[in-house]
Amino acid sequence: MSLVFAGICSHAPGITGREERAPQELREPFHASLHELRTRMQATRPDALVIVAAEHFANFFMNNMPAYAIGMADNYTGPIEDPAWLRIDKRIVPGDADLSRRLIRRVMQAVDVSYAEEWQFDHGIMVPLHFLVPDNSMKVVPANINCQGPPLTPLPRAWAFGEALRAACDLVPERIALIGTGGLSHWPATPDSGRINEAWDREFLDRWVRNDREALLSYTDESTYAHAGQGGFEIRTLISVAAAARGGRAQLLFYAPIPIYAVGCTAAVMEIGE
Amino acid sequence: MSHYQLSKFLYQLNRDDRLQAQFREAPQRALEGFTLSDEERAAVLQPDIGLLYVLGVNGQILMHFAAFCGIDWNDYLQRMRDGVKQHGPVRAGLYAMTTSPDEKVVG
Repeated sequence: MSLVFAGICSHAPGITGREERAPQELREPFHASLHELRTRMQATRPDALVIVAAEHFANFFMNNMPAYAIGMADNYTGPIEDPAWLRIDKRIVPGDADLSRRLIRRVMQAVDVSYAEEWQFDHGIMVPLHFLVPDNSMKVVPANINCQGPPLTPLPRAWAFGEALRAACDLVPERIALIGTGGLSHWPATPDSGRINEAWDREFLDRWVRNDREALLSYTDESTYAHAGQGGFEIRTLISVAAAARGGRAQLLFYAPIPIYAVGCTAAVMEIGE
Repeated sequence: MSHYQLSKFLYQLNRDDRLQAQFREAPQRALEGFTLSDEERAAVLQPDIGLLYVLGVNGQILMHFAAFCGIDWNDYLQRMRDGVKQHGPVRAGLYAMTTSPDEKVVG
């Protein structure tokens, strides 16, 4: 079994860029949960981290928008944002082109994934790495699901992508950790930023923790947009992790709406099912 | 089509250090090759964040551009509210405002 760890976390740029503006009583337990996520991941002794993200126009645009993409390079750069604004310094993140190539070949058996030998990370990957790999010591394989430019991939395909990732991870000798990062309900980068539908979030997380495939795939984009905003489309990343974990149940380490961060901040781990 | 060109220019600007340097030095020249309306061109050059928002620039692209322009978070949110007040509802895309211009959610 080469997939050794699965988890999810939030990635909103305010988590680092506006860190001190959140109430301490929320900020500290959220940071503690990310530390716990990191500790549990490290305990599984992973050789590489596959991070399924929902990028925000750092690499892909509507001239050629892949539904699914996986990086295939020996290093990546990020963040694309002003480092002073995000409060994360620019750095070169180590990758593993050979590992990526082996994973991509297997994923392609089930999902027509694009590959990218260049990839600039935005906050969607840099914020999780800031907490989970602060010393830049782990090889990273970025994966992306288009959650920004409709038409968007249907949720059952996001599930299939997660299953394909699992099958690919299980075929390589490396020990792979998997992190999915996306928002629950949020209206990011708009005047509505800070609006959070806590009830919707908790319902989604309940389905996710139970790894209830049918319930997770029952959302429509229309209802998600109405109740969870355009940011809600990012549930695809979280759904793919549930699929990759193959029936494993989860533990929610933290959830709380933090409006100044523009999202319900989340950290959770999921058992790896057989 | 020019809305697409507007978003594409900002997308490229956000991710390209050399284009950013050129934009700081000679913004008009950086825009060469992009077919923008006069309104769109002026909104980029000013920069008029409120108008760019109303024109339908994707919020993620606009947020990164505002950061590049050194606009802080509260100011960014307020400029979008002011833009809607001045120019009317967002004309395109998914990042429409769901609250009223005078309703401050946060920031």
